[in-house]
Amino acid sequence: MTDSNTKSATAIDVEPIIKGRNLVKTFGHVVGLNHADLDLFPGEVLAVIGDNGAGKSTLIKCFSGAHTPDSGTVEVEGHSVHFRSTNDARSAGIETVFQTLAVSPALDIATNLFLGRELRKPGPLGQIFRMMDKKQMRAQAAQQLSDLGISTMQDITQAVETLSGGQRQAVAVARAAAFGSKVIILDEPTAALGVRESARVLQLIHDLRERGMPVILISHNMPQVFEIADRIHVQRLGRRVAVITPQSHNANDAVAIMTGAMQVPEDEQTPGPVR
Amino acid sequence: MNSTVTSGVSAIDLSEEFDQPSGPLAKIQNILHSYPYLSPLIVLLAAMAVFTVLNSRFILPANLSLMTQQTVIVGTLAIAQTLVILTAGIDLSIGAIMVVAQMMMANFAASASASNVQFALGWPWWLAVAAGVLMAVVAGAINGFLITRLKLPPFIVTLGTLGIFTALSLILFKARTIQGPELPDGMKVMGKAAKLGSFNLMLGVGVMLFLYGLFSYILRNTAWGTHVYAVGDDPEAAELSGINVDRVLFSVYCVAGLIIGIAGWITIGRVGSASPNVAPNINLESITAVVIGGTSLFGGRGTMIGTLLGALIVVVFDFGLSLAGIDQGPRLLTIGLLVIAAVSLDQWIRKAKG
Repeated sequence: MTDSNTKSATAIDVEPIIKGRNLVKTFGHVVGLNHADLDLFPGEVLAVIGDNGAGKSTLIKCFSGAHTPDSGTVEVEGHSVHFRSTNDARSAGIETVFQTLAVSPALDIATNLFLGRELRKPGPLGQIFRMMDKKQMRAQAAQQLSDLGISTMQDITQAVETLSGGQRQAVAVARAAAFGSKVIILDEPTAALGVRESARVLQLIHDLRERGMPVILISHNMPQVFEIADRIHVQRLGRRVAVITPQSHNANDAVAIMTGAMQVPEDEQTPGPVR
Repeated sequence: MNSTVTSGVSAIDLSEEFDQPSGPLAKIQNILHSYPYLSPLIVLLAAMAVFTVLNSRFILPANLSLMTQQTVIVGTLAIAQTLVILTAGIDLSIGAIMVVAQMMMANFAASASASNVQFALGWPWWLAVAAGVLMAVVAGAINGFLITRLKLPPFIVTLGTLGIFTALSLILFKARTIQGPELPDGMKVMGKAAKLGSFNLMLGVGVMLFLYGLFSYILRNTAWGTHVYAVGDDPEAAELSGINVDRVLFSVYCVAGLIIGIAGWITIGRVGSASPNVAPNINLESITAVVIGGTSLFGGRGTMIGTLLGALIVVVFDFGLSLAGIDQGPRLLTIGLLVIAAVSLDQWIRKAKG
């Protein structure tokens, strides 16, 4: 990556870990995605910004398995994939923290972390009697939360409904971080959080990047995006209109691009990796 | 998964948010929230104490065993109802499925010489029982199919199949009661009782208790049980967590069918004959037991042990009040009030912080 201005050179050198092309998704008469593209390169934090209804959530849901695009292609590490459920995406190593968090309030923290991929006891207890290894799941859940610096939660067997919004967010992020092996997608992870908790989630994204984990971050919060993102994907009217970096443009430019007040020429964009 | 973030500085201290009013009432609320079967247990024990004071014959082993036998039909069906209600569904066709299953068992097993039986096939009793249970599983699968594929609300689906399965009993089996003597002994074996002093432990009661134990285990200790709760709690979250919600729902209605089929067999043993009018109000009675047992009609919350206690409470109240010389009217009134009280308690408990 000696010459970051030569976009074609870098794009050929490094294969994107996630690549979406010409994605179309409609909901009745509403067009969610109108031939949208997306590239996520290894080790980078890609922010996805856009106005309400620009198709940000719809776009990432095509990669997390929650939506199946009407047409277009999704590739993971160069292999074409067709996700029909979040489980498909999860087994491909892509974990998502949804805007709604997708946690089950009545179940406890440990159960939520392992929801849908429960551990079974070894031996006949697990194989014949299908007994879950609750002890192991609780131990791993506690370890995971403490690794993420969220260890002060009182009790791993506490129901999620007894937690605050920030704590629930932490549970959802911990789940993604625990199982995500290739990509972690975060949809508005700080929207419901206070200042301190937001800072903690940002720190977490930093740490994920330090570990080399590629992250897609949807956010409305421009200062946050410009602080943490390597590249910024601007979504407008269901498609990608520009890819910029915090170095090439400022927050005012980003808003102008989002709203259509500004166009970015091809040669000022950053379609390839910067790291 | 080694993370570099363990520095105490950046960690959020979230414990401060747990400061909450902790008066005695809030404490009770929290305890009941953590142990939802506690309130029905207290009600059951208190009721038994009061009825014993009112009439000391209440507590005689012979009477207690009679109460367990009166619990067995609704108690077994309530296991199926609990599973369905945990998914935030409801099954109004439980009684109709049980009737069609037991009528099939009795018809197929009745000796070929029996004159008033529609299909006197003279099958061995175990084959006829298996056919009846299979019928109930298929009926449950039909409910599950309509709910998951056609996306109809469980209330409407089972209201419809309540009519359909009742009609099936009438059309196929002509609503004729098949008397005990026309049935092989194996079919009535669930009514056999072991004498423990003057307490008669009926085999059907033993099977019911075994099923309660089994499904308690399954709900608490298997992934499927966890998924049942998750689907009832928040189906969208469950789906996004990678749970196949439709498959869980479908399997719940099939398993409910299996339990209903077994309940049909138990009913033949308990009653000693097979009649289409054996338990006309059983749908609502099973729901009553589940609700009094602390299971939430909104799904995702409840226990098997609570339902067993709920079924026992209904029988204990009915038995105790009639032993105390109280008429049927006030007895029904009491059960009605119990239901209202149980649901109000559930609403209050749901507000608990933890």
